[in-house]
Amino acid sequence: MAVDTFQFTPKINLEFAIREKDFFVAGESASRVKKTLQQLGMQQEIIKRVAVIIYEAAMNVAIHASHGMLRVFISPEAITIETDDAGGGIPDVDLAMKEGYSTATHEIREMGFGAGMGLPNIRQCADELKIDSKVGVGTLLQATVYFTNR
Amino acid sequence: MTLREIQAYLGAEVLCGEGQLDREVHEAFACDLISEMLASAGSHMLLITSLTNAHVIHTAEVIDALGVIFVGGRRPAEDVIEIVKKNSSIPILTTKCQMFDCCGLLFARGVQADRKDSL
Repeated sequence: MAVDTFQFTPKINLEFAIREKDFFVAGESASRVKKTLQQLGMQQEIIKRVAVIIYEAAMNVAIHASHGMLRVFISPEAITIETDDAGGGIPDVDLAMKEGYSTATHEIREMGFGAGMGLPNIRQCADELKIDSKVGVGTLLQATVYFTNR
Repeated sequence: MTLREIQAYLGAEVLCGEGQLDREVHEAFACDLISEMLASAGSHMLLITSLTNAHVIHTAEVIDALGVIFVGGRRPAEDVIEIVKKNSSIPILTTKCQMFDCCGLLFARGVQADRKDSL
């Protein structure tokens, strides 16, 4: 009889649809993922970094894109947060990464966002960050947090 | 100070989370920018703000705040309070004190500035 060498590596994926101006899905998805990660017994510091990335990334989609998806991939080594949107895209990613730079409207600022801190916050919390954007098409953002020390 | 002592000291009204007022507060973070709360707040602090939308509540949960106190007599819409009651046990208070007064009074009673050390 052959020895079963298959090694089980649990993978959990969570997915949220984000519509244009659906601002509250950002906080809701961040809270929901946080609860899931707490149930999985993950470290508080990791959970907080992941929740901040989700909040800011999903908010960016709701503010700037026409629609998009938020996906969270949980593996034994890392958590990857991905937002994939259809919209205007980011003409200058380096400029968008600059703290204080924002194209958000007055309405967004009144809600307490639009301070030009979204992408810098994501960069601060992620171990790896990839942004692929095409003007007039959309943006793919992938941020990874590893369970081992940075 | 406990949240109950803070409530009495500031003449604050409890909007929800009545059962959690024995939480001990050592640190506070005062801010009206959500991204700043997400970036700079530590954990287990009292969040002082004049923003009253649902983002504040979600953010308070994400950053593990002990409670939220709205200043300047501001109060969230009823549906926001309902969201909190349904999903969370976080205590929410409102005081007529303005931001500066609220911070100063709590500081004078030994509540320290929250320092982020977890990130």
